[in-house]
Amino acid sequence: MAETAPLICRDIHKTFDQLEVLKGISLETRKGDVISLIGSSGSGKSTFLRCINLLETPTSGDIIVHGDPIRFKNNRKGVRVPADNRQVELIRARLSMVFQSFNLWSHMTVLENIIEAPINVLKIPKKEAIERAESYLNKVGIYERKDYYPAQMSGGQQQRAAIARALAMEPEVMLFDEPTSALDPELVGEVLRVMQSLAEEGRTMIVVTHEMAFARDVSNQVLFLHQGVIEEQGSPDKVFDHPESERMKQFLAPKF
Amino acid sequence: MLDLKGYGPALAEGAVVTIELAFLSLALALTLGLLGASAKLSGNRVLTGVATAYTTLIRGVPDLVMMLLFYYGGQVAVNALSDYLWETRQIDFFFQFDPFISGVVTIGLIFGAYMTETFRGAFLAVDVGQIEAAKAYGFSRWHTFRRVMIPQMLRHALPGIGNNWQVLLKTTALVSIIGLTDMVRVAEEAAKAERMPFHFFIPVAAVYLLLTAGSELFIKWLDKRANVGVVRGN
Repeated sequence: MAETAPLICRDIHKTFDQLEVLKGISLETRKGDVISLIGSSGSGKSTFLRCINLLETPTSGDIIVHGDPIRFKNNRKGVRVPADNRQVELIRARLSMVFQSFNLWSHMTVLENIIEAPINVLKIPKKEAIERAESYLNKVGIYERKDYYPAQMSGGQQQRAAIARALAMEPEVMLFDEPTSALDPELVGEVLRVMQSLAEEGRTMIVVTHEMAFARDVSNQVLFLHQGVIEEQGSPDKVFDHPESERMKQFLAPKF
Repeated sequence: MLDLKGYGPALAEGAVVTIELAFLSLALALTLGLLGASAKLSGNRVLTGVATAYTTLIRGVPDLVMMLLFYYGGQVAVNALSDYLWETRQIDFFFQFDPFISGVVTIGLIFGAYMTETFRGAFLAVDVGQIEAAKAYGFSRWHTFRRVMIPQMLRHALPGIGNNWQVLLKTTALVSIIGLTDMVRVAEEAAKAERMPFHFFIPVAAVYLLLTAGSELFIKWLDKRANVGVVRGN
Protein backbone atom coordinates (compact mmCIF):
# COMPACT_ATOMS: atom_id res chain seq x y z
CA MET A 1 0.00 0.00 0.00
CA ALA A 2 1.23 3.46 -0.86
CA GLU A 3 2.24 5.69 2.01
CA THR A 4 -0.28 8.36 2.94
CA ALA A 5 0.73 11.73 1.50
CA PRO A 6 1.74 14.15 4.28
CA LEU A 7 -0.07 16.98 2.55
CA ILE A 8 -2.37 17.38 -0.43
CA CYS A 9 -3.77 20.71 -1.61
CA ARG A 10 -6.40 20.65 -4.32
CA ASP A 11 -7.41 23.60 -6.42
CA ILE A 12 -6.82 26.29 -3.81
CA HIS A 13 -8.38 29.64 -4.59
CA LYS A 14 -8.06 32.75 -2.47
CA THR A 15 -9.80 36.04 -3.06
CA PHE A 16 -9.23 39.18 -0.99
CA ASP A 17 -12.21 41.51 -1.52
CA GLN A 18 -12.37 41.56 -5.31
CA LEU A 19 -8.79 40.50 -5.94
CA GLU A 20 -8.17 36.88 -6.80
CA VAL A 21 -4.69 36.11 -5.46
CA LEU A 22 -4.71 32.33 -5.95
CA LYS A 23 -6.42 30.88 -8.99
CA GLY A 24 -6.38 27.16 -8.38
CA ILE A 25 -3.14 25.84 -6.93
CA SER A 26 -2.68 22.11 -6.35
CA LEU A 27 0.18 20.38 -4.66
CA GLU A 28 0.85 16.86 -3.55
CA THR A 29 3.75 15.90 -1.33
CA ARG A 30 5.43 12.61 -0.62
CA LYS A 31 7.34 12.04 2.55
CA GLY A 32 10.77 13.61 2.31
CA ASP A 33 9.85 16.06 -0.44
CA VAL A 34 11.48 19.46 -0.38
CA ILE A 35 9.34 21.74 -2.48
CA SER A 36 10.45 25.27 -3.30
CA LEU A 37 7.86 27.88 -4.20
CA ILE A 38 9.41 30.65 -6.24
CA GLY A 39 8.07 33.65 -8.07
CA SER A 40 8.10 37.42 -7.92
CA SER A 41 6.48 39.44 -5.14
CA GLY A 42 2.73 39.35 -5.36
CA SER A 43 2.69 36.04 -7.22
CA GLY A 44 0.73 34.48 -4.34
CA LYS A 45 3.39 32.09 -3.04
CA SER A 46 3.28 33.32 0.56
CA THR A 47 -0.50 33.47 0.52
CA PHE A 48 -0.59 29.87 -0.66
CA LEU A 49 1.73 28.81 2.16
CA ARG A 50 -0.48 30.66 4.67
CA CYS A 51 -3.55 28.90 3.28
CA ILE A 52 -1.98 25.53 4.02
CA ASN A 53 -2.03 26.08 7.79
CA LEU A 54 -5.17 28.20 7.67
CA LEU A 55 -3.56 31.51 8.62
CA GLU A 56 -5.64 32.48 5.60
CA THR A 57 -8.81 30.59 4.80
CA PRO A 58 -8.90 29.46 1.19
CA THR A 59 -11.98 30.71 -0.66
CA SER A 60 -12.30 27.25 -2.18
CA GLY A 61 -10.29 24.07 -2.50
CA ASP A 62 -9.30 21.20 -0.24
CA ILE A 63 -6.43 20.70 2.17
CA ILE A 64 -5.73 17.16 3.33
CA VAL A 65 -3.13 16.61 6.03
CA HIS A 66 -2.03 12.99 6.29
CA GLY A 67 -5.38 11.75 5.04
CA ASP A 68 -7.35 14.14 7.24
CA PRO A 69 -9.31 16.69 5.17
CA ILE A 70 -9.90 20.08 6.80
CA ARG A 71 -13.62 20.69 7.14
CA PHE A 72 -15.12 24.02 6.14
CA LYS A 73 -18.52 25.62 6.48
CA ASN A 74 -20.11 28.91 5.48
CA ASN A 75 -20.74 31.38 8.28
CA ARG A 76 -23.82 33.56 8.53
CA LYS A 77 -22.39 36.08 6.10
CA GLY A 78 -21.75 33.29 3.62
CA VAL A 79 -17.98 33.44 4.10
CA ARG A 80 -16.13 30.13 4.14
CA VAL A 81 -14.56 29.40 7.51
CA PRO A 82 -13.11 26.26 9.12
CA ALA A 83 -15.93 24.16 10.55
CA ASP A 84 -14.04 22.96 13.58
CA ASN A 85 -11.48 25.20 15.30
CA ARG A 86 -10.17 22.30 17.32
CA GLN A 87 -9.37 20.40 14.14
CA VAL A 88 -7.53 23.44 12.80
CA GLU A 89 -5.46 23.65 16.00
CA LEU A 90 -4.55 19.97 15.77
CA ILE A 91 -3.61 20.30 12.12
CA ARG A 92 -1.53 23.40 12.72
CA ALA A 93 0.39 21.49 15.38
CA ARG A 94 1.40 19.05 12.64
CA LEU A 95 2.50 21.73 10.17
CA SER A 96 4.96 23.95 11.91
CA MET A 97 5.84 27.24 10.31
CA VAL A 98 9.02 29.27 10.14
CA PHE A 99 8.33 32.94 9.47
CA GLN A 100 10.22 35.57 7.55
CA SER A 101 10.50 37.76 10.63
CA PHE A 102 11.11 34.81 12.99
CA ASN A 103 8.17 35.68 15.28
CA LEU A 104 9.78 34.14 18.32
CA TRP A 105 7.76 35.17 21.37
CA SER A 106 9.80 38.06 22.62
CA HIS A 107 8.89 37.70 26.30
CA MET A 108 10.17 34.11 26.47
CA THR A 109 13.70 32.77 26.37
CA VAL A 110 14.76 30.59 23.46
CA LEU A 111 14.15 27.44 25.47
CA GLU A 112 10.73 28.65 26.64
CA ASN A 113 9.84 29.44 23.04
CA ILE A 114 10.66 25.91 22.00
CA ILE A 115 8.90 24.01 24.80
CA GLU A 116 5.75 26.16 24.89
CA ALA A 117 3.80 24.40 22.14
CA PRO A 118 5.06 20.83 22.79
CA ILE A 119 3.96 21.13 26.42
CA ASN A 120 0.69 22.99 25.94
CA VAL A 121 -0.44 21.81 22.52
CA LEU A 122 1.08 18.36 22.14
CA LYS A 123 0.77 17.73 25.92
CA ILE A 124 4.26 16.32 26.25
CA PRO A 125 5.71 16.14 29.80
CA LYS A 126 7.90 19.15 30.55
CA LYS A 127 11.05 17.13 31.15
CA GLU A 128 10.74 15.40 27.81
CA ALA A 129 9.98 18.68 26.06
CA ILE A 130 13.14 20.22 27.49
CA GLU A 131 15.24 17.26 26.38
CA ARG A 132 13.73 17.48 22.94
CA ALA A 133 14.32 21.25 22.78
CA GLU A 134 17.94 20.88 23.85
CA SER A 135 18.66 18.26 21.23
CA TYR A 136 17.20 20.46 18.48
CA LEU A 137 19.08 23.49 19.79
CA ASN A 138 22.23 21.44 19.44
CA LYS A 139 21.27 20.50 15.94
CA VAL A 140 20.82 24.12 14.84
CA GLY A 141 23.96 25.07 16.70
CA ILE A 142 22.71 27.53 19.31
CA TYR A 143 22.50 25.35 22.40
CA GLU A 144 24.58 27.84 24.38
CA ARG A 145 22.00 30.57 23.67
CA LYS A 146 19.06 28.68 25.16
CA ASP A 147 18.53 31.12 28.02
CA TYR A 148 18.81 34.23 25.86
CA TYR A 149 15.84 36.31 24.89
CA PRO A 150 15.26 36.64 21.14
CA ALA A 151 16.18 40.32 21.08
CA GLN A 152 19.60 39.49 22.47
CA MET A 153 20.55 37.40 19.42
CA SER A 154 21.40 38.05 15.78
CA GLY A 155 18.80 37.49 13.10
CA GLY A 156 20.48 34.28 11.97
CA GLN A 157 20.47 32.89 15.50
CA GLN A 158 16.84 33.90 15.96
CA GLN A 159 15.86 32.15 12.76
CA ARG A 160 17.75 29.03 13.81
CA ALA A 161 15.92 29.15 17.15
CA ALA A 162 12.66 29.45 15.22
CA ILE A 163 13.64 26.37 13.20
CA ALA A 164 14.34 24.50 16.44
CA ARG A 165 10.88 25.56 17.64
CA ALA A 166 9.39 24.13 14.45
CA LEU A 167 11.39 20.90 14.75
CA ALA A 168 10.33 20.36 18.35
CA MET A 169 6.79 19.79 17.12
CA GLU A 170 8.12 16.87 15.06
CA PRO A 171 5.74 17.97 12.33
CA GLU A 172 4.38 16.19 9.30
CA VAL A 173 5.47 19.08 7.08
CA MET A 174 7.58 22.15 7.80
CA LEU A 175 6.46 25.37 6.15
CA PHE A 176 9.11 28.04 5.55
CA ASP A 177 7.90 31.50 4.59
CA GLU A 178 10.89 33.32 3.07
CA PRO A 179 13.09 32.31 6.00
CA THR A 180 16.14 34.26 4.89
CA SER A 181 14.56 37.38 3.42
CA ALA A 182 14.84 39.43 6.61
CA LEU A 183 18.46 38.47 7.25
CA ASP A 184 21.64 40.38 6.57
CA PRO A 185 23.42 38.75 3.63
CA GLU A 186 26.23 37.35 5.77
CA LEU A 187 23.70 35.54 8.00
CA VAL A 188 21.78 33.85 5.19
CA GLY A 189 24.26 31.00 4.86
CA GLU A 190 23.97 29.70 8.42
CA VAL A 191 20.19 29.37 8.08
CA LEU A 192 20.35 27.77 4.64
CA ARG A 193 22.89 25.23 5.88
CA VAL A 194 20.55 24.20 8.70
CA MET A 195 17.70 23.85 6.20
CA GLN A 196 19.87 21.79 3.90
CA SER A 197 20.73 19.39 6.71
CA LEU A 198 17.01 19.00 7.45
CA ALA A 199 16.35 18.21 3.81
CA GLU A 200 19.08 15.59 3.87
CA GLU A 201 17.44 13.96 6.89
CA GLY A 202 14.36 13.42 4.80
CA ARG A 203 12.06 15.96 6.42
CA THR A 204 9.14 17.09 4.32
CA MET A 205 9.47 20.81 3.67
CA ILE A 206 7.69 23.47 1.67
CA VAL A 207 9.83 26.55 1.26
CA VAL A 208 8.83 29.91 -0.13
CA THR A 209 12.13 31.43 -1.15
CA HIS A 210 14.03 33.92 -3.23
CA GLU A 211 17.23 31.90 -2.85
CA MET A 212 17.52 30.33 -6.28
CA ALA A 213 20.61 28.38 -5.35
CA PHE A 214 18.69 26.73 -2.51
CA ALA A 215 15.73 25.95 -4.75
CA ARG A 216 18.01 24.45 -7.36
CA ASP A 217 20.38 22.48 -5.14
CA VAL A 218 18.31 21.39 -2.18
CA SER A 219 14.73 20.90 -3.34
CA ASN A 220 13.50 18.01 -5.42
CA GLN A 221 10.51 19.90 -6.76
CA VAL A 222 10.11 23.54 -7.77
CA LEU A 223 6.87 25.42 -8.32
CA PHE A 224 7.02 28.74 -10.12
CA LEU A 225 3.98 30.89 -9.34
CA HIS A 226 2.91 33.86 -11.40
CA GLN A 227 -0.24 35.90 -10.73
CA GLY A 228 -1.83 33.15 -8.70
CA VAL A 229 -1.24 30.22 -11.01
CA ILE A 230 1.53 27.65 -11.30
CA GLU A 231 3.37 28.62 -14.45
CA GLU A 232 6.05 25.98 -14.31
CA GLN A 233 6.63 22.98 -12.12
CA GLY A 234 8.90 20.00 -11.89
CA SER A 235 12.40 19.01 -10.90
CA PRO A 236 14.89 21.85 -10.39
CA ASP A 237 16.63 20.60 -13.47
CA LYS A 238 13.54 21.00 -15.62
CA VAL A 239 12.40 24.32 -14.14
CA PHE A 240 15.77 26.04 -14.14
CA ASP A 241 17.47 24.54 -17.14
CA HIS A 242 14.63 23.67 -19.48
CA PRO A 243 11.75 26.01 -18.63
CA GLU A 244 8.80 25.91 -20.98
CA SER A 245 6.94 29.07 -19.99
CA GLU A 246 7.96 32.52 -21.14
CA ARG A 247 7.38 33.89 -17.63
CA MET A 248 9.86 31.50 -16.13
CA LYS A 249 12.43 32.36 -18.77
CA GLN A 250 11.96 36.07 -18.02
CA PHE A 251 12.16 35.41 -14.30
CA LEU A 252 15.49 33.63 -14.74
CA ALA A 253 16.95 36.12 -17.20
CA PRO A 254 19.88 38.13 -15.87
CA LYS A 255 18.59 41.40 -14.44
CA PHE A 256 21.65 43.46 -15.27
CA MET B 1 6.23 65.86 67.56
CA LEU B 2 3.03 66.03 65.55
CA ASP B 3 0.07 66.37 67.91
CA LEU B 4 -3.12 65.20 66.20
CA LYS B 5 -5.31 66.32 69.12
CA GLY B 6 -6.74 62.87 69.64
CA TYR B 7 -7.75 62.50 65.98
CA GLY B 8 -4.83 60.18 65.27
CA PRO B 9 -6.68 56.85 65.46
CA ALA B 10 -9.62 58.21 63.42
CA LEU B 11 -7.23 59.51 60.78
CA ALA B 12 -5.44 56.17 60.65
CA GLU B 13 -8.76 54.38 60.21
CA GLY B 14 -9.63 56.87 57.49
CA ALA B 15 -6.36 56.13 55.76
CA VAL B 16 -7.19 52.42 55.82
CA VAL B 17 -10.59 53.19 54.26
CA THR B 18 -8.86 55.21 51.55
CA ILE B 19 -6.46 52.37 50.78
CA GLU B 20 -9.18 49.71 50.77
CA LEU B 21 -11.32 51.86 48.55
CA ALA B 22 -8.45 52.47 46.16
CA PHE B 23 -7.47 48.81 45.82
CA LEU B 24 -11.01 47.50 45.42
CA SER B 25 -11.75 50.21 42.85
CA LEU B 26 -8.52 49.33 41.05
CA ALA B 27 -9.51 45.65 40.90
CA LEU B 28 -12.90 46.58 39.47
CA ALA B 29 -11.36 49.07 37.05
CA LEU B 30 -8.82 46.54 35.76
CA THR B 31 -11.53 43.92 35.27
CA LEU B 32 -13.81 46.35 33.47
CA GLY B 33 -10.88 47.64 31.45
CA LEU B 34 -9.96 44.17 30.21
CA LEU B 35 -13.58 43.38 29.44
CA GLY B 36 -14.10 46.74 27.75
CA ALA B 37 -10.97 46.44 25.64
CA SER B 38 -11.82 42.86 24.67
CA ALA B 39 -15.32 43.97 23.72
CA LYS B 40 -14.04 46.88 21.64
CA LEU B 41 -11.61 44.61 19.80
CA SER B 42 -13.98 41.65 19.49
CA GLY B 43 -15.26 42.66 16.08
CA ASN B 44 -18.78 42.06 17.36
CA ARG B 45 -20.88 45.14 16.64
CA VAL B 46 -23.12 44.88 19.67
CA LEU B 47 -20.22 44.40 22.10
CA THR B 48 -18.23 47.20 20.49
CA GLY B 49 -21.28 49.47 20.68
CA VAL B 50 -21.88 48.77 24.37
CA ALA B 51 -18.20 49.32 25.24
CA THR B 52 -18.05 52.53 23.22
CA ALA B 53 -21.20 53.86 24.86
CA TYR B 54 -19.67 53.04 28.24
CA THR B 55 -16.36 54.82 27.66
CA THR B 56 -17.94 57.82 25.96
CA LEU B 57 -20.50 58.30 28.69
CA ILE B 58 -18.19 57.81 31.64
CA ARG B 59 -15.28 59.80 30.31
CA GLY B 60 -17.54 62.68 29.37
CA VAL B 61 -19.12 63.26 32.80
CA PRO B 62 -17.27 64.77 35.80
CA ASP B 63 -16.28 62.21 38.44
CA LEU B 64 -18.06 64.11 41.17
CA VAL B 65 -21.32 64.26 39.22
CA MET B 66 -21.10 60.52 38.58
CA MET B 67 -20.55 59.83 42.23
CA LEU B 68 -23.50 61.98 43.36
CA LEU B 69 -25.65 60.40 40.68
CA PHE B 70 -24.79 56.89 41.81
CA TYR B 71 -25.10 57.50 45.51
CA TYR B 72 -28.29 59.54 45.60
CA GLY B 73 -29.74 58.41 42.30
CA GLY B 74 -28.89 54.80 43.10
CA GLN B 75 -30.85 54.95 46.34
CA VAL B 76 -33.86 56.55 44.63
CA ALA B 77 -33.76 53.83 42.00
CA VAL B 78 -33.60 51.09 44.63
CA ASN B 79 -36.50 52.69 46.51
CA ALA B 80 -38.61 52.90 43.38
CA LEU B 81 -37.82 49.30 42.49
CA SER B 82 -38.62 48.21 46.00
CA ASP B 83 -42.04 49.94 45.93
CA TYR B 84 -42.82 48.54 42.53
CA LEU B 85 -41.92 44.96 43.48
CA TRP B 86 -43.96 45.16 46.66
CA GLU B 87 -47.03 46.63 44.99
CA THR B 88 -47.07 44.33 42.01
CA ARG B 89 -45.65 41.06 43.29
CA GLN B 90 -45.52 41.36 47.07
CA ILE B 91 -41.77 40.81 46.90
CA ASP B 92 -39.85 42.31 49.81
CA PHE B 93 -36.72 43.77 48.32
CA PHE B 94 -34.68 46.62 49.71
CA PHE B 95 -31.13 47.61 50.46
CA GLN B 96 -29.48 50.73 51.69
CA PHE B 97 -26.86 52.23 49.41
CA ASP B 98 -23.65 52.03 51.37
CA PRO B 99 -21.26 54.94 50.69
CA PHE B 100 -18.28 52.57 50.56
CA ILE B 101 -19.88 50.31 47.96
CA SER B 102 -21.07 53.35 46.00
CA GLY B 103 -17.54 54.70 46.09
CA VAL B 104 -15.97 51.48 44.86
CA VAL B 105 -18.55 51.04 42.12
CA THR B 106 -18.36 54.64 40.94
CA ILE B 107 -14.57 54.90 40.97
CA GLY B 108 -14.26 51.41 39.48
CA LEU B 109 -16.66 52.33 36.68
CA ILE B 110 -14.93 55.63 35.95
CA PHE B 111 -11.44 54.18 35.84
CA GLY B 112 -12.65 51.06 34.07
CA ALA B 113 -13.39 53.38 31.16
CA TYR B 114 -9.88 54.82 31.20
CA MET B 115 -8.38 51.35 31.60
CA THR B 116 -10.44 50.19 28.61
CA GLU B 117 -8.64 52.72 26.44
CA THR B 118 -5.26 51.90 27.99
CA PHE B 119 -5.71 48.17 27.38
CA ARG B 120 -7.17 48.67 23.93
CA GLY B 121 -4.16 50.64 22.80
CA ALA B 122 -1.83 48.11 24.42
CA PHE B 123 -3.50 45.15 22.71
CA LEU B 124 -3.25 46.93 19.37
CA ALA B 125 0.45 47.54 19.97
CA VAL B 126 1.19 43.81 20.19
CA ASP B 127 3.02 42.72 17.05
CA VAL B 128 0.72 40.71 14.77
CA GLY B 129 3.54 38.24 14.08
CA GLN B 130 3.59 37.22 17.75
CA ILE B 131 -0.08 36.27 17.58
CA GLU B 132 0.32 34.60 14.21
CA ALA B 133 3.10 32.42 15.56
CA ALA B 134 0.81 31.34 18.39
CA LYS B 135 -1.93 30.44 15.92
CA ALA B 136 0.49 28.63 13.64
CA TYR B 137 1.58 26.40 16.51
CA GLY B 138 -1.94 25.29 17.31
CA PHE B 139 -2.64 27.49 20.36
CA SER B 140 -6.30 27.87 21.22
CA ARG B 141 -7.68 31.42 21.38
CA TRP B 142 -7.61 31.36 25.17
CA HIS B 143 -4.05 30.04 25.29
CA THR B 144 -2.94 32.73 22.84
CA PHE B 145 -4.64 35.37 24.96
CA ARG B 146 -3.17 34.16 28.22
CA ARG B 147 0.38 33.27 27.17
CA VAL B 148 1.10 35.75 24.41
CA MET B 149 -1.35 38.66 24.29
CA ILE B 150 -1.53 39.43 28.03
CA PRO B 151 2.23 39.42 28.77
CA GLN B 152 3.03 41.39 25.65
CA MET B 153 0.15 43.79 26.09
CA LEU B 154 1.20 44.53 29.67
CA ARG B 155 4.48 45.99 28.45
CA HIS B 156 2.54 48.64 26.61
CA ALA B 157 -0.18 49.02 29.23
CA LEU B 158 1.86 49.39 32.41
CA PRO B 159 2.77 53.07 32.02
CA GLY B 160 -0.91 53.88 31.40
CA ILE B 161 -2.07 51.68 34.26
CA GLY B 162 0.39 53.46 36.55
CA ASN B 163 -0.95 56.83 35.51
CA ASN B 164 -4.56 55.78 35.98
CA TRP B 165 -3.77 54.30 39.36
CA GLN B 166 -2.25 57.54 40.64
CA VAL B 167 -5.25 59.55 39.50
CA LEU B 168 -7.59 56.91 40.94
CA LEU B 169 -5.87 57.05 44.30
CA LYS B 170 -6.40 60.80 44.46
CA THR B 171 -9.96 60.54 43.21
CA THR B 172 -10.87 58.49 46.29
CA ALA B 173 -10.84 61.79 48.21
CA LEU B 174 -14.17 62.57 46.52
CA VAL B 175 -15.98 59.91 48.55
CA SER B 176 -15.82 62.17 51.60
CA ILE B 177 -18.56 64.17 49.82
CA ILE B 178 -20.98 61.25 49.95
CA GLY B 179 -20.32 60.73 53.62
CA LEU B 180 -17.72 58.02 53.73
CA THR B 181 -15.32 58.60 56.60
CA ASP B 182 -12.09 58.32 54.70
CA MET B 183 -8.93 60.13 55.68
CA VAL B 184 -10.02 63.39 54.02
CA ARG B 185 -13.37 63.44 55.78
CA VAL B 186 -11.80 62.92 59.20
CA ALA B 187 -9.24 65.63 58.52
CA GLU B 188 -11.96 68.00 57.40
CA GLU B 189 -13.94 67.48 60.57
CA ALA B 190 -10.85 67.79 62.73
CA ALA B 191 -9.70 70.92 60.91
CA LYS B 192 -13.11 72.55 61.38
CA ALA B 193 -13.41 71.65 65.03
CA GLU B 194 -9.88 72.68 65.93
CA ARG B 195 -9.67 75.53 63.40
CA MET B 196 -6.30 74.18 62.30
CA PRO B 197 -6.51 73.37 58.57
CA PHE B 198 -2.76 73.12 57.97
CA HIS B 199 -2.30 70.93 60.94
CA PHE B 200 -4.64 68.25 59.60
CA PHE B 201 -4.55 68.61 55.84
CA ILE B 202 -0.79 68.58 55.48
CA PRO B 203 -0.41 65.12 57.07
CA VAL B 204 -3.22 63.88 54.80
CA ALA B 205 -1.43 65.30 51.77
CA ALA B 206 1.75 63.61 52.99
CA VAL B 207 0.00 60.23 53.19
CA TYR B 208 -1.26 60.58 49.60
CA LEU B 209 2.20 61.55 48.49
CA LEU B 210 3.70 58.59 50.27
CA LEU B 211 1.22 56.22 48.61
CA THR B 212 1.72 57.65 45.13
CA ALA B 213 5.51 57.74 45.45
CA GLY B 214 5.51 54.15 46.73
CA SER B 215 3.34 53.00 43.87
CA GLU B 216 5.60 54.74 41.40
CA LEU B 217 8.51 52.64 42.61
CA PHE B 218 6.40 49.48 42.45
CA ILE B 219 5.24 50.24 38.91
CA LYS B 220 8.83 50.86 37.85
CA TRP B 221 9.74 47.43 39.19
CA LEU B 222 6.77 45.82 37.42
CA ASP B 223 7.69 47.59 34.22
CA LYS B 224 11.19 46.22 34.40
CA ARG B 225 9.85 42.71 34.91
CA ALA B 226 7.34 42.98 32.07
CA ASN B 227 10.00 44.24 29.71
CA VAL B 228 12.38 41.38 30.26
CA GLY B 229 13.80 40.38 26.90
CA VAL B 230 13.37 43.83 25.41
CA VAL B 231 16.56 45.46 24.28
CA ARG B 232 16.26 49.21 24.37
CA GLY B 233 18.32 51.52 22.20
CA ASN B 234 20.24 54.26 23.92
